[in-house]
Amino acid sequence: MSSNSNNSLPGGITTVGAKMLVALTGIALILFVIAHMLGNLQIFLAGEQLNEYAHKLKSMGPLLWVARIGLLSVFLTHISLTLVLTRRNAKARGNLTSPEPQIRITGERYINGYSYKTATTASRFMIHTGIVIFLFVIYHLMHFTISPEHPTPMPADSLIDVKKMVIDGFSNSIISGVYILAQLALAGHIYHGASSALQTLGLRTDSTKFGVSKLGILLATLIGIGNISIPVCVMANII
Amino acid sequence: MAAYNIKIWRQNGPDSNGSMERHVVKGIDGDMSFLEMLDHLNEDLEEQGKEPVAFDHDCREGICGACSLVINGQSHGPETTTTCQLHMRSFEQANITEITVEPFRANGFPIIRDCVVDRSGFDRIIQAGGYVSVNTGNAPDANANAIAKPDADTAFDAAACIGCGACVAACKNASAMLFVSAKVSHLAHLPQGDAERHERVESMVNTMDREGFGSCTNYGECEAACPKSISTDNIATLNREFIRAKIGRIT
Repeated sequence: MSSNSNNSLPGGITTVGAKMLVALTGIALILFVIAHMLGNLQIFLAGEQLNEYAHKLKSMGPLLWVARIGLLSVFLTHISLTLVLTRRNAKARGNLTSPEPQIRITGERYINGYSYKTATTASRFMIHTGIVIFLFVIYHLMHFTISPEHPTPMPADSLIDVKKMVIDGFSNSIISGVYILAQLALAGHIYHGASSALQTLGLRTDSTKFGVSKLGILLATLIGIGNISIPVCVMANII
Repeated sequence: MAAYNIKIWRQNGPDSNGSMERHVVKGIDGDMSFLEMLDHLNEDLEEQGKEPVAFDHDCREGICGACSLVINGQSHGPETTTTCQLHMRSFEQANITEITVEPFRANGFPIIRDCVVDRSGFDRIIQAGGYVSVNTGNAPDANANAIAKPDADTAFDAAACIGCGACVAACKNASAMLFVSAKVSHLAHLPQGDAERHERVESMVNTMDREGFGSCTNYGECEAACPKSISTDNIATLNREFIRAKIGRIT
């Protein structure tokens, strides 16, 4: 009942403190996603704009690795803390010892589940959209960064023609479909995450309430449309 | 007069297995409260020589926080009120005759018997800091302590929490954040609570974790289930107080 040492999180951190780290890393990841999207949208600009941008990033040398390692640690902190919290929350909800078969099957603590009054679908499926995003990130890195499928050398130097690689990749409707579905998961995740992060950091007050509540839908829409527009426009032969 | 099919949770003790038991309760008037309907069921059971169903209740006026129950999958049932203030007309008007009655379920609220759960975890959270222990002197004149009206209102709204635990029962994570934040926010908005604000929030959050309640993921179901309309604004206040306490430690 009380004084159960299994209830504590690693490192003696409180659940409130852990949530704040999840919120901070989440905000950092959203900022990265926005920067990444703005970079990618240069594909719509004429000429070699996207390639120049990509090559500039690649030529950052050690700074690129600082950014990569920083991003990776933020990403892993966000994921590991949410996994720990999710497991702890499942435990807090409690397991029923009951002969009622339906309770065991659904894993619900109430016979027909709880009838939600306000919880949004996005909020209830954060861990699921999160797992989809995690798997997608691995695929995405394999696809475009670690082993690009279309390493067409540029005539002038040995650098990769990023624009061609993206267009070739998204010409495949299955690959485009995977990207679009993953972006929908990301939009759902941000829809709840952005507003939730500000609440967790105590930034929702009487004066910021409206903005905080609308930030999630705003960012989710902008990021969703921005990112999905690329595979859609490639498939529609607009790019 | 209506009849209802009641499915209600029966469990002999904390460590025994429980199950749903079916009963038909007849002669129920729309003006009867939900608890009176259960009294009716228990009278029937006693007449049949069976054990009555154990459930918590006390004032039956919606002010003490003793009654609990998850009714048809919602804390305190379909209306935003306490179970004692829920009336059978609510079911009559919606033509609902099947009613599922379960205890509040959370690791922090172990079942004692049937629908009675042990909510003393809440008491231990309050004991960890939900009070003012500095000497505030004799009762001052009513206007001696100037408190701005918005602060007084916020503190009063937060203080309306009756500690029933509907928030924990409604939360997917069985989080007690709404309850804890109500007390933190209540005292944080008053000058008397200022001296101990840092220790209070840290100690109450630690105890909340130790009692096995989950973390807040901002579903908002706690607020929707709260019979006293405690707002999740208080959770933002708790989070701010927590940050202030941590910064206060460093500086």
